Amino acid sequence: MDKNMKILIVDDFSTMRRIIKGLLHELGFNNLEEADDGNTALPLLKAGNFDFLVTDWNMPGMTGLDLLKNVRADARLAKLPVLLVTAEAKREQIVEAAQAGVNGYVVKPFTANTLKEKMDKIFERIATTAQG
Amino acid sequence: MSALDSRTQDYLAKARELVVQIEAGNTERADELLDELSGLRESRLFQDLGKLTRTLHEAISNFQLDPRLSSLAREDIPDARDRLRYVVTKTEESANRTLKAVEDSIPLAKRLSQRATEHQEQWERFLRREMDVKEFRMLTHSLREFLGGIISDSTSLGKNLSEVLLAQEFQDITGQVINRVIQVVQDVEDGLVEMVRVCGSRIQASPQDDRKAPTMLEGPQIDPKKSGVVANQDDVDSLLSSLGF
Repeated sequence: MDKNMKILIVDDFSTMRRIIKGLLHELGFNNLEEADDGNTALPLLKAGNFDFLVTDWNMPGMTGLDLLKNVRADARLAKLPVLLVTAEAKREQIVEAAQAGVNGYVVKPFTANTLKEKMDKIFERIATTAQG
Repeated sequence: MSALDSRTQDYLAKARELVVQIEAGNTERADELLDELSGLRESRLFQDLGKLTRTLHEAISNFQLDPRLSSLAREDIPDARDRLRYVVTKTEESANRTLKAVEDSIPLAKRLSQRATEHQEQWERFLRREMDVKEFRMLTHSLREFLGGIISDSTSLGKNLSEVLLAQEFQDITGQVINRVIQVVQDVEDGLVEMVRVCGSRIQASPQDDRKAPTMLEGPQIDPKKSGVVANQDDVDSLLSSLGF
């Protein structure tokens, strides 16, 4: 996994953004940017060569799921790996996110290890798909 | 197996070993086990605290996003503040007008009473035939002056009473204004009650939740045993892998 990859962290809760940022720093990622909901995140994604998106689901304005749908609908962003980090824990919600094309789903509260595991898995799969 | 089950099993395993160790008289190991048990409970406490913080934050976010409530906060409450200031101004004006009319009237009433008393005494003296012609002439002049004074002072008193009457017009205006403000307060109260209901229903996981649309965002689940809810990351993972992830 490229430690220099550019990651966008989207959460309406600045404390949660700081937590995720801290965890990613710990994992060796330093090229990090933040947005507080889908509406502010989408223009950033369209403008700036991001390699990975970590987003909350339940946010004012545009939710994380709508952001994911917008990303998948945009030809240039369609292949961007997206990890949902959310407190939403209903089975049908997870199924909905999977159908919308999420790459990983982490339920809050979560640990640094879970985050690392999911990211490893996402990039492993991307590498396998690219080779195959 | 869900996290709660495995956690409960952890508790049980340690509790069983604790009993065995205490019975065997192995106090050192028993103390260790007690520490481990309280450690388990603490980690759970922090997780619950995290969930609660999130619930509160989301409830507050929802509260801000309700368009009716945000218009209450942005328009109605500042408007209510202006209206209440207007009520303060109007009632103050009215109080000043009323007080001035009363303060102007009291000396008039006093003067009328005093002069009437003086003339009554003189008139009694005249009736008792204690008054000579010279004094009676003075009394008739004085009475003429006094009657003129009664007309002018009673006219002034009448004007002042009208002023007091008119000064009460504020009640019609402030009554309407205050009724509007009461409506705003009522709306705020409804909003707060709704917020409490939202928070409360999340915390208590009320059965109403089941009737919500599937796409409705619910925030953190407090009861992992609730149907249709994943208990932890492992459940998410197994669900996703069943979907081909």
